[in-house]
Amino acid sequence: MSASVNGLRDVDDHAVAEQLEQHDTLHITVGGYVTGFALSVILTAIPFWLVMSNALASVGLTIFVILALAMVQIYVHMVFFLHMTSKAEGGWTWMSLIFTLVLLVIVLSGSLWIMYHLNENTMPLSPEQARKLP
Amino acid sequence: MSESPITPAADGTTAALRFYDEAGAHHAEHPTILGFWLYLMSDTLLFACLFATYGVLGRNYAGGPSGAELFDLQLVAVNTSLLLASSITYGFGVIEMRRKRVGSTLAWLGITGLLGAGFVGIELYEFSHLIHEGYGPQRSAFLSSFFTLVGTHGLHVTFGIVWLITLIVQVSRHGLTASNRRRIMCLSMFWHFLDVVWIGVFTFVYLMGVLR
Repeated sequence: MSASVNGLRDVDDHAVAEQLEQHDTLHITVGGYVTGFALSVILTAIPFWLVMSNALASVGLTIFVILALAMVQIYVHMVFFLHMTSKAEGGWTWMSLIFTLVLLVIVLSGSLWIMYHLNENTMPLSPEQARKLP
Repeated sequence: MSESPITPAADGTTAALRFYDEAGAHHAEHPTILGFWLYLMSDTLLFACLFATYGVLGRNYAGGPSGAELFDLQLVAVNTSLLLASSITYGFGVIEMRRKRVGSTLAWLGITGLLGAGFVGIELYEFSHLIHEGYGPQRSAFLSSFFTLVGTHGLHVTFGIVWLITLIVQVSRHGLTASNRRRIMCLSMFWHFLDVVWIGVFTFVYLMGVLR
């Protein structure tokens, strides 16, 4: 089928042509990779150093800092290595990413929250009850 | 746009209708790339479930050792460096692919594969060491969820290496054809995605495991 019938595009031919050209639409540069890599090295080295040297006295503060750094690093990887933009593929990659993140937060926070409270709210066994267990 | 999207066949040989999407509104620009992205998103949910399982069971030691006693952070740091380095070498491979240089593309892909193999090798050493000491997945709920989460990631990297070797063979035989370039871009997404998951693993499992 030729590419043009009554001035309309044939979807299949169009897709093939696009596939041939698809890699040139992304903005990929050496500088982008090097920047992303440098940022990742820093964002990896800091949490390892914090934990291995016990630089911060408070465990809670250390956990907060390394979690924050991990989130920043994930963002760096998304932008510099995975080349995420809100406009790629007509916004569909962005949309599916947001949807996935929402599910991820529900699964993670929901599991931790419920299981933590399940532990808290389960009635403790007295030694007498424990002895009667089968 | 005001025309009906359903147009009779132009060649007139059949009365059957052909369907055209005049504006291309319902099609992704690069269907394979978008489809592969959707697969990665479903894989993200798989890892989210494994992370949640580890989060729930990660402190149930059953009288066995905790992460602080088992994890060797220096080994994990080496492993993390290997995976991080493999990300930028793959990036250089993509750059060389876009410059249409077959030789250097293959070289960068090869280096990436070696770094990935080093990562899997160290992880297997860590696992065999733990199992040899009697701290296998059956020891406690903590270790079960640890082996499942980290092992699933390692399995992904292993399959990434198999894919990488396949691509190296294909590119060296057929050159940087459109199909091969598309495959390199898909594996690029897969490889960088695994690095993103590893950020979660070394932060959530190893670093926080040692802190507890």
